Amino acid sequence: MPEAHGSTSVSADTAAARGGALLEVEGLTSAYGPVRALDGVTLSAEAGRITAVLGANGAGKTTLLRTISGLVRPQAGSVRLGGQDITRAPVEAMVGKGMAHVPEGRGVIAELTVDENLRVGSLFRGKVGRDEFDRVYDTFPRIAERRDNPAHTLSGGERQMLVIGRALLAQPRILLLDEPSLGLAPRIVAQIFGLLRRLVDTEGLSVLLVEQNARSALSVADVGVVLNLGRVVVTDQARTLMADEGLRHAYLGF
Amino acid sequence: MQQFVNVTLSGLIQGSVFAAFALALVLIWRSTRIVNFAQGSMAAATAFIALALIHSGQSYWLALVVALAAGFVLGAVVERVIVRPVEGGPELNAVIVTLGLFVAIQALIAIVAGSEFQSFPAPFGLKGFTFGSTTVALTPNSVFILVAVLITMLLLVGLFRFTRVGLAMRASAFGQEVARLLGVRVGRMLTLGWALAAVVGSLSGLLIAGGGLVYPAYMDSLIVFGFVAAILGGLDSPVGAIVGGLLLGLALSYVSGYIPRGSGLVNLAALIILMVVLLVRPGGLFSSTTARRA
Repeated sequence: MPEAHGSTSVSADTAAARGGALLEVEGLTSAYGPVRALDGVTLSAEAGRITAVLGANGAGKTTLLRTISGLVRPQAGSVRLGGQDITRAPVEAMVGKGMAHVPEGRGVIAELTVDENLRVGSLFRGKVGRDEFDRVYDTFPRIAERRDNPAHTLSGGERQMLVIGRALLAQPRILLLDEPSLGLAPRIVAQIFGLLRRLVDTEGLSVLLVEQNARSALSVADVGVVLNLGRVVVTDQARTLMADEGLRHAYLGF
Repeated sequence: MQQFVNVTLSGLIQGSVFAAFALALVLIWRSTRIVNFAQGSMAAATAFIALALIHSGQSYWLALVVALAAGFVLGAVVERVIVRPVEGGPELNAVIVTLGLFVAIQALIAIVAGSEFQSFPAPFGLKGFTFGSTTVALTPNSVFILVAVLITMLLLVGLFRFTRVGLAMRASAFGQEVARLLGVRVGRMLTLGWALAAVVGSLSGLLIAGGGLVYPAYMDSLIVFGFVAAILGGLDSPVGAIVGGLLLGLALSYVSGYIPRGSGLVNLAALIILMVVLLVRPGGLFSSTTARRA
């Protein structure tokens, strides 16, 4: 079980493990009714890195994350986290195994206050010290000012900060992010991606990011995986993908 | 003046019972989007358990505690076994299931306890307090009713606002999927929500029964009033349910107190209030849901 994010011992541990496959997805296949959304997807997310899954609308990106975290049951394939098979683990158990999934559309609980949203994120761990909350507020001063306001009063960017902060309170080994840039101004997107990069570099977090906004995602990611119609088209270093004009035109739309 | 005080007092007391029943409906609606039409007969079942204990020589207080505990278990079992399969499905399925349960439990009570009228004891006196030469409509038992409802409300507020379980229950009610992703055992929280709602519903059934007559369908009118009170408050808001209950209690009390032969108009008045609210403010007096759903 990792210690509080930001503690030095963890950074050292994960830095040592950097490069090892933390999350391994193999032959994952799932469908909504008769529509096959994922067709034998194999990919891995390495510890201490940002892995970006890219592709057009309908490529299966969201389904991929939902299948990994158990919201959608796979028809075939397996998911391993740190070597442990979690394919059939219940959704509620995932966060305890070190996986925090921030769903599409930000996933704030609108009726609860900002502080209550954060507290829900730490519920499963039992008593959590106030200092951990303070650290989240230090990271996101914008939401600190609004901690007693209902979450539905937050702007889109603030909501994204809240859900990332909430996920961090779960002390995940890997953070699954679904379209964090959706509907945000470019300046806010840059700010959030920059923050993710910092968390990965300095605190040993690992991130599996799903994005339609391929340009921004590749600029921050280490590894890119391009998905098309439920299949992996190519997996490569982010900067290699960025340089491949043909691929960018064909699948990434820029 | 004296009549006004009396009518107002009895309105508030009735209203507090409506409020408790409405609150039970709201707790369930908020977390599972189901109107529990069986709430009344579930409460009646626990009142008959209390009555059986009292008849066997136990004290009122023991009977009260056992009945509330039975309500808790009944609520949990109903949710887990009967309602869970229709949760999240088409709304009509849940309506049919809870309506069917309403009829079934009522029939079961009649089979076990008989369908004749039986008197239900009140824990405190039913004679109004006297101040000098005037007697007011406030009785020791109605003070008990007010205090019992008030304590229950405060306990619920405390649970939801200040405890971890309460936070988990609210998270489960407002954001099922997110709560599950954050490790909250949502299914367990929904069961707990139904159990607590059944306790509150059961309390309202026991309070209204005190000093009166019970029979398998004795809760039917309270179902109507509690439902109107809940709609008045907006179905989504616990505070709205409480205010709605008190307002309805007062309104009905004034109708029966000031309109000649008004007691015959009480049911009609409740339905007229319901219709007017639905026409003028379909979301209820306390609705903020459209804004919050954004």
